[in-house]
Amino acid sequence: MTTPRFWREIEQRYRGIGVQCEICDRVYFPPREICPHCRRESFGKMNERELSGKGKVLTYTEVHDPHPDFKLLTPYIMAIIEMEEDVRVTGQLVGVDYKDVETGMEVKATMRRLGEESPEGIIYYGYKFAPVKDKHE
Amino acid sequence: MRDVAIIGIGETQIGELWDKSLRELGIEAGLKAIRDAGVSGEEVDMLYVGNMSAGKLINQEHVAPMIADYAGLDDIPAVRIESGGASGGMALAEGYISVASGFDDIVVVGGAEKMTDVNDEEAKKILSSTADQEWETVCGATFDSLHAMMARYHMNKYGTTKDQFAEVIVKNHSNASNNPNAQYPRAIPKNFVMNAPMVSDPLGMFDCAPLSDGGAAVVLCPAEYVDNYNGDPVKILGVGHGADHIALHDRREIGGMKATRIAAEKAFKNSNISSKDIDFAEVHDNYSISEIVAIEDLGFFKKGEGGPATEEGRTALNSEISINTSGGLKAKGQPVGAVGINQAIEAAIQLRGDAGDRQVEDARYGLTHNVGGTGASAVVHILERWSE
Ligand SMILES: [Zn+2]
Repeated sequence: MTTPRFWREIEQRYRGIGVQCEICDRVYFPPREICPHCRRESFGKMNERELSGKGKVLTYTEVHDPHPDFKLLTPYIMAIIEMEEDVRVTGQLVGVDYKDVETGMEVKATMRRLGEESPEGIIYYGYKFAPVKDKHE
Repeated sequence: MRDVAIIGIGETQIGELWDKSLRELGIEAGLKAIRDAGVSGEEVDMLYVGNMSAGKLINQEHVAPMIADYAGLDDIPAVRIESGGASGGMALAEGYISVASGFDDIVVVGGAEKMTDVNDEEAKKILSSTADQEWETVCGATFDSLHAMMARYHMNKYGTTKDQFAEVIVKNHSNASNNPNAQYPRAIPKNFVMNAPMVSDPLGMFDCAPLSDGGAAVVLCPAEYVDNYNGDPVKILGVGHGADHIALHDRREIGGMKATRIAAEKAFKNSNISSKDIDFAEVHDNYSISEIVAIEDLGFFKKGEGGPATEEGRTALNSEISINTSGGLKAKGQPVGAVGINQAIEAAIQLRGDAGDRQVEDARYGLTHNVGGTGASAVVHILERWSE
């Protein structure tokens, strides 16, 4: 992905900021300007909403044939996380062995280096997910 | 709306065709189709070309006029249609609408992709860009891994097994062994599939369709004019489009494709038949899991029964419903933008009764199913044997 595209949404990526529709209360991440449920009625009524970062593993895989930008991490774990706010996010799972990953496992977002350096020498940071060890954390 | 017939078909060999360029693939397929139909170049009103990513793959945009030009049809309007892996099927739908509406009479619909001018890693990255680049691939997701997550979800929710995935692959390779245009025209044993190197767990190397070069084309005309041409006609009975969110994580259902279900519902409604009437189908098996999901969402089997049905042989040639008689994307090959046209060609070959050792007995209704991205777009065509 090109550098300007990444930086344009850096705030949302770093702080996990989504939006909530004023009409139906649904939460979206990444932010959308229009709620797919309320459609045009929702335009201008999508308010910033910071996600808790907590969620559960919905599905997962271990990647052996990587995206070229992630070669050095191979094999790495990808998952779709169902967040507390009833919104789903795709991200890597870290701090856990693949054999120990389970559907329904509780995880929390953490800020990490995303891949290798881009051709322009830029290092991307963003969210990854790690297991919640202590549920009272 | 007028009834529409396919009166000519043509496709290239599919594979790693080092000596052929995109324009050559397009021209070869187009000329074969025009010759098969018995139309002359001047009679063609319009050309649609399905192509996913010539800009990235061969550094050439605006490929439809280029192909028309080098086919000697430089005065024929030519438009490229892009919808990821569904580009070919979407182009066919555009052609159908042009003819059905009465706007055009003779329309050529082609599809072509040249995947192997870039290395395999680059080709996979380009294919992955049909998913959400900013919120899926940037985090490390590949096209393979998104399908692997669908597979894992399907296994967890419905008890589908790796064995059942392997059965899809064994069947499609067996079908391809009777298809001379297939990239891999040979049967493979199940243990090959099961023991292949892992790509993205649970999907191994043999669970994934190859990235191929190839071109395919069909000629359409109003059903009322078929007698004016030599081509052996088949009828396009109905078409349906479906859509969903671009990112897999935004879809409520990970183990099914809403886009497929909607496209199928519309196509069946437009055709006045149901899934039970279908004799054979070419479905979008870019991964083993994709075929299992497809045969459920198209209504051939209940949700969760696609795996067991495959294992029981109910999708084999001349069983309950013959699925991917051509070998599918897995074994016939995956020249991405051409796939939807390759599927229509297989349907036409079957309905003409020309499929030789892979012929579906007494085939009357065939269905083709083409998917873009991980399921953000889908298109279904229903074809019928010609009857006077
Ligand atoms: Zn809303």
